[in-house]
Amino acid sequence: MSHTPSAAARSAVGHDPFAHIAVRDCYQCGKCTAGCPVADRMDTVPNQIVRLVQVGRTDAAIRTRAIWDCVSCQTCTTRCPKSVDCAAVMDALRQVSFESGVAATPARRTLLFQKAFLQNVRRNGRLNELELIAVFKTTAFLGDLSVPLLFKDAMLAPKMRARGKLHLVGKKVRDRRVVDRIFARCLNPKGHAVPITEG
Amino acid sequence: MEIGYYPGCALHGSSNDYDASLRTCLRALDVHLRELDDWICCGATAAHSLNHKLAVALPARNLAIAERDGLRSLLAPCPMCSMELLKARQAIAGDARLRGEMAAVVELPVEGTTDVCNLIQVFQRVGLDTIKAAVTSPLDSLKAACYYGCLLTRPPDVVRFDDAEHPSSMETIVEALGAKTVRWNYATECCGAGMTIANDAIVLDLAHKILANAEAHGANCVVTACPMCHANLDMKQADVERHAGAAHGMVVYYLSDLVGLALGLPEQALGIDRHFVRERTGIRNQESGARRPAAPAPES
Repeated sequence: MSHTPSAAARSAVGHDPFAHIAVRDCYQCGKCTAGCPVADRMDTVPNQIVRLVQVGRTDAAIRTRAIWDCVSCQTCTTRCPKSVDCAAVMDALRQVSFESGVAATPARRTLLFQKAFLQNVRRNGRLNELELIAVFKTTAFLGDLSVPLLFKDAMLAPKMRARGKLHLVGKKVRDRRVVDRIFARCLNPKGHAVPITEG
Repeated sequence: MEIGYYPGCALHGSSNDYDASLRTCLRALDVHLRELDDWICCGATAAHSLNHKLAVALPARNLAIAERDGLRSLLAPCPMCSMELLKARQAIAGDARLRGEMAAVVELPVEGTTDVCNLIQVFQRVGLDTIKAAVTSPLDSLKAACYYGCLLTRPPDVVRFDDAEHPSSMETIVEALGAKTVRWNYATECCGAGMTIANDAIVLDLAHKILANAEAHGANCVVTACPMCHANLDMKQADVERHAGAAHGMVVYYLSDLVGLALGLPEQALGIDRHFVRERTGIRNQESGARRPAAPAPES
């Protein structure tokens, strides 16, 4: 059995994304899956994901929808009797998926949302919620032409506005150029990362 | 007491009721908040999902600003921000190479010495006796389900706060205000947090289970110390009800709302009037409950 991730995973993120995780210690007790609040909707449950990584099948793991269903609640990591940071395994797989451009089709929306979130922070220094929702809905709509998504929460907007919870112009960070430089330094380590603006 | 303040994006956005609540409440308890100068987003789930280095660098920039400005303690009332700041702090403090790398990335030296705390910890520092002594309107009729969600206590090695499976710090404070608390099963279950926009079926399912369990254990309100928990349980509650085909009408307070109400502070100053689900008749005692006529739950 191989204990190392596939070379493809390593080259995608520019380092061994599992280096800091004791993936080999997992003995498949299933406690991570038992406590996972979203395991019932996953196509591959957390202990199976860890197993795929253990045997070097990160290529299969990054194609699961499960890694994008994960809500990062840290329950798996907290309860693992062998201290395997299962939530970090999910993060590492999402990072590989993002960098290599390979993801399960149903997970596309979540990935688009995370990308739009980071682009937004890169531009403003802080999150502008309205701008994020507008950009996310537009790009998601262009991708799958889902009309329900376009109108989701539309009824909420006037109620939020009445409560002073919608800000058309968000407060931006003064030194936004430093934020942009931080992103540039992180997103292109050794030339492995793809620019975040590319689909 | 003076303490640094990292509001985070949510509290400057749709969770500005939480910002109002804790500012008003802490001011009354003589806690002065000094907002971190030109703070930036912690990166949240998007950063740790897509880029490991960014997930360290964004919080690190904020820690570096705090160190530069001599802020030894930093309140991050959003557990997501708090956890990200603590995770970055831990990584930086324990790794000289990373300290050097991050100083170059964020353009400021960073040692990882800032103490990051959540809202419950600030109340603990104020002291239970001080809070008890300041109570003017005991919340006798409240039966609160204290809801910690995921990141207040997890992962325990990072946040080092309370007990990850059976936390009790919030109950201790809420009971000091004269309210009762219920024992229930979903205190540390996740609400789905930021999934609310991209994949809201997850959030609607989880929020329904949380609200139903609180109800089944006799709670007449849920108390939280997280902007995302509040948004998913309060703002989305009408959606949750439609999705699950069940009526909840459960009032959801921030912890600082309850402390503030017990201190006799007005609802408006605490931002409670901006919540979506309104209080039903007789939930709070006469003195405080009389402030507003009963409104049907959920939101109008």
